[in-house]
Order: sequence, then C-alpha cells, then structure tokens
Amino acid sequence: MSSTLYTIMAVALLLSWWRDPEKTRRALRISHHSLRGLVPKILGMISLVGLLLALIPPTAITSLFNIHGLKGFVLVSAIGSLITMPGPIAFPLAGSLLKLGAPPATLAAFVTTLTMVGTVTAPIESSYFGKRFTIMRQSLSFLTAILIGLLMGAFL
Amino acid sequence: MKQHLKDYRLFLMVLMLNLVLAAWNPALIRSSAAKSGSFLLEVLMIVPPVMVLMGLMDVWLPRRVVERHLGADAGLLGAGVALLLGTAAAGPLYAAFPVAVSLQAKGARLANIVIFLGTWATIKIPMIMMESSFISLRFALLRLLFTIPCILAAGYLMERLLPADVLSQQQDQVAEH
Repeated sequence: MSSTLYTIMAVALLLSWWRDPEKTRRALRISHHSLRGLVPKILGMISLVGLLLALIPPTAITSLFNIHGLKGFVLVSAIGSLITMPGPIAFPLAGSLLKLGAPPATLAAFVTTLTMVGTVTAPIESSYFGKRFTIMRQSLSFLTAILIGLLMGAFL
Repeated sequence: MKQHLKDYRLFLMVLMLNLVLAAWNPALIRSSAAKSGSFLLEVLMIVPPVMVLMGLMDVWLPRRVVERHLGADAGLLGAGVALLLGTAAAGPLYAAFPVAVSLQAKGARLANIVIFLGTWATIKIPMIMMESSFISLRFALLRLLFTIPCILAAGYLMERLLPADVLSQQQDQVAEH
C-alpha cells in the first residue's frame, strides 16, 4: 500500500510536470510548506504516542475504546473534541489505536471529532464567525460524530 | 527561530521526559523509542506522498471559478461546489476560517460556508488514501458515505436556525476593533 502511494505521487507529478512545469513547481512549494509545518507536530505526536504506549498497558487503552453503547461513543468523541488535528496527524494516531484493538466504529467517531471539533481552536473560529455560529457548528459536528460511529458500528 | 523552537516544544518535552525516565527504567524507554521508531517509519511511507498530492490539487483545481458558484441563488449545485472546494485545499481546519470569511464576503450563503468548513475538515481525496492506508479502504469509504449527508444537513439546519446576518454582524465587530 505504501509503495502504491509513492507510485501515484510519481505519476501525478510527471503528468503535472508535462502539462505545466511552473504550476508543478508551485505545487511542490505548497507541499513543502505544509509538510514543514507538520514535521514538529508529527514528531511531537509520535514521541508522545510511543511513550504513552510504553507507559500505559495496551489493555487500558483498548478498554477505553471498548466501552459499549452510547456512553462509549460520547466519551471517545469528547476526548477527540479537545483539540483539532489535521488528517495527516489524526489518521496515524487512529491507525495505532486500531492496532491496539480499538474497534473501528469508535475510531470513526474519534477521528470525526478530532478533525471537525476543537475546543482549543474554538476562540479562533469564534473570532471569525461569532459565538453562536461556532457553538452550533461544533455541537452539530459532535452529534454527527456519534451518529457516524453508530452507523459504522451497524455496517462494518 | 523562536517560533521554530516553540513548534517543537511538545517533541522536546517528551524527549526530556524520556531521558529522565531512562535513568529510572531503561527498558521502558527502549520500548518507547522502538514504538516511536516504527510509527515514524509508517508515517514516512504515507504522509509525504499525500502532501505532494494535496499540493498538486491546490494548484490544479480552479478555485476562482468555483468561488463564483456559492451564492444565495446557488441551490444543490452550490452545495456541490462547496463540497468540491473544501476537498481541494491543504491545511488544518483553522486554515479554512479566513478562506470561509472571504467566500462569505463574496456572497456565499451560510449553508455553503458550513458545508465548506465541514468538507475541509473531513473530506479530501488524498486524505482518503491516507485514511485507508492507516485503517482500511472500507472504513474510509463508509465514513465518507455517512459524513457527506451529515455535513449537508448541518449546513441547511444552521442556515434555518441562525439569523441571516449572523456572520456579517461578527465581521462588523471585527472591523470596529
């Protein structure tokens, strides 16, 4: 799978370069810029996850994600709501939790709140759109996450 | 440089914690380092190519054409365009806020702003590739299938419940300060 991604990247880059080298250079500058912004966050997340995995017995983490019923979804979604993470950080984290035995349905709720809801970034959002808009969007996203988790549980 | 160090503060803090704990329990830290190492390898196999693909999408999708189709008279087409626009760009959700404000200034309706923000946070084709690499393709596609109607519903619901000028009020306040 991983070599597939590099192959797709290479093909896309070649196609883009063939169509327009200047645009491709601009695209690579954008990629470079966002990747550089991600490096410190990814390193922080990786080191923290490594340490936590070594400190906390896997069974404790698994049981947190295995609380059955609505209560479990609400709890996991609430943890995911604390901070907003972009996909490149949220998905590796979810992948490592999956390996520990967290069920996909709970992970779906977790990933959804991780990417869509953020208590820490709420003040920024509110400065752009106002309190009412922010509270409403974030609460609806929270409900969405639980709904998605329940649906995933039924279909996966 | 100062900003640079600040970005690394979590990493540096964990590193220090590791060093302190290493004196007390070396085996624990060996396990911590090994786990972080294999995790890092996995991330390196997936994240860089996805970021390159996102850069390419950012450049090749004609954003200006798309921005024209988000207005009040744009119905389902507008929602579709908001979805597409949200999938196109790179960056975390808070990077989308200023873009959403500029869309709103250009006359986009509230539902489309919400749809745009929701899509930006959750749906991106390169991200779906990343999600399926780390979890599974079935997981990624099912989550996508359930997320789209939820985002659309949230957009139209918020437009119903909030006064039409809720966003412009806020922008006026920002302008006054």
